[in-house]
Parts: sequence; structure tokens; C-alpha cells
Amino acid sequence: MASPLELRRRIRSVDNTRQITRAMQLVAASRMRRAQEAVQAARPYATHIAGMIERLVLATGNDRLPPILQPRPIERTAFLVLTTNRGLAGPLNTNIVRTAVNEIDAASDAIEISVVVVGKKGHLALRGLYTLSAVFTEISDQPGINDILPLTRLLIDGYERGEFDEVRMIYPEFVNILTQQPRVVRLFPVVLPESQEEAREADIIFEPDPASVLEALIPRFVEMTVYRAMLELAASEQSARMVAMRAATENATELIEGLRLAYNKLRQSRITSEIIDIASGANALADA
Amino acid sequence: MAGLTLTVVSPEREVLREDGVTLILAPSVDGQLGILPRHAPLITQLAPGTLELRRGADSQHFSITGGFLEVMNDTVTVLADASESASEISRERAEAAREAALRDLDAARRTHDDVMTTQARLALLRALARLRTVERSQRG
Repeated sequence: MASPLELRRRIRSVDNTRQITRAMQLVAASRMRRAQEAVQAARPYATHIAGMIERLVLATGNDRLPPILQPRPIERTAFLVLTTNRGLAGPLNTNIVRTAVNEIDAASDAIEISVVVVGKKGHLALRGLYTLSAVFTEISDQPGINDILPLTRLLIDGYERGEFDEVRMIYPEFVNILTQQPRVVRLFPVVLPESQEEAREADIIFEPDPASVLEALIPRFVEMTVYRAMLELAASEQSARMVAMRAATENATELIEGLRLAYNKLRQSRITSEIIDIASGANALADA
Repeated sequence: MAGLTLTVVSPEREVLREDGVTLILAPSVDGQLGILPRHAPLITQLAPGTLELRRGADSQHFSITGGFLEVMNDTVTVLADASESASEISRERAEAAREAALRDLDAARRTHDDVMTTQARLALLRALARLRTVERSQRG
């Protein structure tokens, strides 16, 4: 049986923890809102670039596509795994790493693989399993487009030089506050937007010509795809942390209630036994 | 008279959406490009420079660090790598960036580092685009 002093200490300690988890919950909630706004803000560019690529592909014709869009046999696949730098985000990183390991292991039987990791958590989890060809742990959890350019340059250059023939990206999609779904998307060969137009639109003038504009546009498209995935990661990280910290705060509250009950009972029983002591002492004197 | 609708978007945000624009001047890779209402459909690549839009006597200036422009049925869409309105640009920062780019360029040329040279040249072009945007907007 713990002494009242011990119980008081434990209550204080759990209460301190609860203050920290509650603060983290509030910070994560406000950052999540900002991250969601960033996801929204990136949407117009993504919509417009997809439409432009569609029209350019239509005008170029499938037989004259620039080299970056021409299909080739896949002998080596690169995997880009997006994880967070910081923990206390519930099962988010574990889920991503598990999906990544499944994908990589399924592919590595047939072809050569290379693995590129974003985030310290992914680095820690994957470095023992695979040879990592690059690790990015300096990207902010509120990323701007410039933060991801070194990463996309590595991928685009590598694909153009033929170091790999396919790039798959694994990241958490922000579905809602409670759900972050691991997603696998192909960055290379570029998945072209489905053409919606039945026939070719009115003749478009291209400067300098459709193939060169398309060739210049594809890197932007890949950057945009990775950038949006990083924003999804950021929103997922904050929401997962918010939920985890809310659970931690609630657990701490329950724990404190239990401890307080035990402490009060103990105190009560001590008082009772002291009163009995005094009362029986007084009775003994009166009887004498 | 119906004017042009201009939308400028960068990966991070929608920079601008304006209706009733009467003239757009944009820095295409092949030279300065002027767009009036009823322009033929066009897709072009943009160089770093200044995007100017006029609405009657009114004009606004934006820096563009490169990108793409599409004209379709009097709707003009600019996909900018990065874009700022003249009022958002800090002249001091742009000048500091220009000085830094010049120094980098000099250092890169001396070491014959091609990648560094290209990067420094692009940084210089971006800084110059910002400075010119500020200057042109002040001239009105």
C-alpha cells in the first residue's frame, strides 16, 4: 500500500504529464488547420497543370513524346518513403513503414530496388532493412515548395540518367482527422491525366512547340505531386499527433481520478482510525 | 467590353484572380508577349521576368521566376514557379539576392563548376526579375 505522500507525488507527476500532452494537443490542432489550408492552397496549381499536360499530350501525339514520357522496360525501381521527423504521432509512421516494407519486398524478388527516405522516423525504421540511397531529414513539417526541390531533382535526374526506370512514392493520405491512409503512387513513368476531351480543341499555338513545353512542364508536375504528398504528410502528422495527445490527456485524467480516490480513501481511513484512537482513549479515561 | 480573366497560381497558393483585364504583358521564352481579349488559344513557356496586367489606365506588376501561360477563350492562366506582386517584394532583399548571386557566379566560374554556374545564373535572373518588377511598378 502506497503512503499518502507517495500518492500525492504520483498525482503531481501525472498532472504535469497531462499539462504537456494537452499543450501538444492544442499546438497540433492549430498546425493541422494550417496544414489543411496548405493542402487546399496547392489545389488550383495541380488542377491547371493536369489540364495543360492533357492538352499538350494531345497536341504532341503519342509517337513524339519527349524522352521523359517514353515508356521503357522496368529493371530497377526506386521507392520514395515519406515519414515524419518527430514521433508522438500515433501509429502513423508504423503504418507507412509497414506499407513500404510490403511494397519493397514484393518488388525486390523480381527487380533491383533503391530506397529514398524522407523523415527521421522512416530512416530509423528502414536503415536496418535496406541500403538507403538517400535520406532527407531536414525538410520542415510545414514544407514550402523550395524545401522539396533537392529531393525531386534527385529523382528526376536519376530517372533521366536511367538509374531507375520506375519511382513509387509511399505516403499517408489525410482522409480525415481520425484516418490517415497509406497510399502508393507512381511518380515515374509519369501517369498522365486521363484525357476528357472527345476531339481536339480549337488549334492551339505552342511556343516554342508542344514537345518542348511538355518536356519543361513534366518536372513541375512531378514536383507538384511530391509537394502535395508532403502536405498530406504534414496534415496527417498533426492530426495523428492531436488524436494521440488527446487520448494521452484523457488517460492521464482517468489515472489522476483513480489516484485521487485512493488518496482520499487512505486519508479518510487514517482520520477515522485516529478518531477511534482518541475516542477510545477518552472512553478509557472516563471509565477509569 | 468583355475583358480577360487572369489567374496566376504558384504551387503554394493562388496569387491572383482578376476579371476585366484589358492587356497582359508576359515574358515568354521567345520574348515579350502581349495578350489582348479574343487572343487565339496559346500555351507557352515563361522566362523569369515581370508579368504586367492592365485594366484601362490601371496597371499591376508581378514578378515571375519562370513558368507557363495558357490562353483559352479569354481565360489566361499563369502557372508560375513563384510569383509575387510588386508590393510584396522587398527591394533590399532582392538587391541582397542579386549581390549574393553575382558573388556565387564569380566563384563558380573560377572553379569551372557548371552546376553551380547554372544555379547562380538562375538565382541572378530571379533576383533581377524581382528588381525590375519593383522598378517598373514605380514608374507606373
